[in-house]
Amino acid sequence: MAQTRTRTRGQEAASAGDPFERHGVTPERALELLREMLLFRRFEEKAEEAYAIGKIGGFCHLHIGQEGAAVGSILPLRQDDYVISAYREHTQALAKGVKPDAVMAELYGRATGASGGKGGSMHIFDKSARFMGGHGIVGGQVPLATGIAWKIKYRGEDSVVVCFMGDAAVNQGGFHEALNMAAIWELPAIYVVENNEYGMGTAFRRVSLTDMVQKASPYGIPATSVDGQDVLATYAHFRDLAATVREGGGPRFVDLRTYRFRGHSMSDPVSGTYRAKEEVEHRTKDDDPIVHLRDKLMAGDHLDQAGLEAVDAEVRSVVNAAADFADQSPAPGPEALYRHVWAHLNPNGRLCLDGRGESPWR
Amino acid sequence: MAMMTYRDALNAALREEMERDPDVFLMGEEVAEYDGAYKVSKGLLDAFGDKRVVDSPISELGFAGLGVGAAMAGLRPVIEFMTFNFAFLAIDQVINSASKMMYMSDGQFPIPIVFRGPTGAALQLSAQHSVSCETYYVHSPGCKVVTPATPADAKGLLKAAIRDDDPVAFMEGELLYNFRGEVPEDDDYVIPLGVADLKREGSDVSIVTHGKMVHIAMQAAAKLEKDGIQADVLDLRSIRPLDVDAILASVRKTNRMVYVEEGWSFVGVGAQVAHIVQEEAFDHLDAPVLRVTQADVPMPYAKSLEALAKPTAERVVDACNKVLYR
Repeated sequence: MAQTRTRTRGQEAASAGDPFERHGVTPERALELLREMLLFRRFEEKAEEAYAIGKIGGFCHLHIGQEGAAVGSILPLRQDDYVISAYREHTQALAKGVKPDAVMAELYGRATGASGGKGGSMHIFDKSARFMGGHGIVGGQVPLATGIAWKIKYRGEDSVVVCFMGDAAVNQGGFHEALNMAAIWELPAIYVVENNEYGMGTAFRRVSLTDMVQKASPYGIPATSVDGQDVLATYAHFRDLAATVREGGGPRFVDLRTYRFRGHSMSDPVSGTYRAKEEVEHRTKDDDPIVHLRDKLMAGDHLDQAGLEAVDAEVRSVVNAAADFADQSPAPGPEALYRHVWAHLNPNGRLCLDGRGESPWR
Repeated sequence: MAMMTYRDALNAALREEMERDPDVFLMGEEVAEYDGAYKVSKGLLDAFGDKRVVDSPISELGFAGLGVGAAMAGLRPVIEFMTFNFAFLAIDQVINSASKMMYMSDGQFPIPIVFRGPTGAALQLSAQHSVSCETYYVHSPGCKVVTPATPADAKGLLKAAIRDDDPVAFMEGELLYNFRGEVPEDDDYVIPLGVADLKREGSDVSIVTHGKMVHIAMQAAAKLEKDGIQADVLDLRSIRPLDVDAILASVRKTNRMVYVEEGWSFVGVGAQVAHIVQEEAFDHLDAPVLRVTQADVPMPYAKSLEALAKPTAERVVDACNKVLYR
């Protein structure tokens, strides 16, 4: 069975002083982080349920178990910072400010979805929230992030881009090319590996002789590792990192250690040939980011059972409303089929060559 | 009008567009300090500085993707490939990112980017440096493909491509860079994409083509003229958008068509054009549409074999005679 981290955060809190003070996160802010994590958990559970009854199709990759990673890394960012990710991105979009209604409607393939129902689970975009997608080719978003960072520096702005990828992405060539360029041009990018230990069903240790945190060292990019199941530590880490990068410190690389409680996608088994059932049960039970923070808040008398239940009820109502919104929204009509293939309609010549004659540009 | 090379016409287009719009920048291998592998970007580093004329590492996938990301965020990159043959490494970013971003984001992220560089064969560069790459790009909705054949077209079309809000694969030719011709000096000389150009007017047969093959077609037309055959030579200039009206007008006039392309025949540009012609001008055809293309083999090195592999004016003449039943 894989090596697991077994210490409980409750004990840690008792032995190492006040965790909120230590990470510079007020209990009030921590309660907000708890609320976001709970929202994301309930959101993904609802997606799971909707997938099971056929309301969501295609591939659907859930983030359950990784809520601390999303909340801790994205909530410290500014509105004008950019986030770009791969295809396990529903909750990252929510964290960056995309509305739950728009994300759920996208999963349902509705016209009111973040991408008009054309992207689906893997391609959530929201320009106004500076959520830059939702990309389906492993590692494909990494050069894009470098380009966004290029624009920030080109225009002399002080925002940063945070680029998420799974642990499997670091074996793609584009990852190395993109990090090298970010390093030589000192671009304001934070490359974050959400290291849940498995690329689909292949354990990272089987496809890499070196540790994750070493992956950026050939390019001279400072790297750190943080426990994504500890949302306070993650929040503090990204708050400080974003400030450093914003001040012109150049790119950073983060090994954000986490664990996926579900299968790779809704079509995949939770455990089996690639990871033992006991491992998943153990991690799910003992390393849940929501439970860790709940225990700390309760230990410090910042939260009681009634308070927790109230938060849970509130986020469940948000999620239910999102599902209702999605359910009641129309599917994209036929007029949407040919829309937005092209941004620039040249008055001469045919752009659409299927001979069907339905497209607005012949 | 000024007499200049195709290379200098491209340079003038880049210079003018970079002066006009501060969001335009050029990135690629050897484009800055080396003045460009084919000297297209000569002097641009001095004129615009290293922020806007940028030497990249040899990382085609990486810098193509960087360009797409920069375009998502609002810039207008011009990404130079030393040849489109090297862009096979980058095609994931061109197709999966650049060409689909607008659609899968429901219109939120147009990608105004130009990928440019030479395509097709030069002389004895053999299999991995000689592919005519148009069809790989033109196949994909969301990607425009432009293939200028003359210095004037090179300038006017590159300016249009840079101003276009969609990804454009702008395909030049190594053997065209030294080609000289008259070029308007007007810094607003823009040729709209999707307008074919009748490079030569005739009435007996339509030779339809694009890119470097325009010159082969013109040579063939000159030979045919000696036999009293007058050929239309229609240069598509852009393959997407495709000037179908001009193709049909020519075919309706001559009733015979030969498509000449540097690339392979199977699912090539000529195949698509022939399909459109049979669909929309079937009754105007007096003969099957023929194509003159590269032999269906990787490009060989030996001069003897290379000559056999490439389209030639003689083959075009033969094809024209065939559709004329001569």
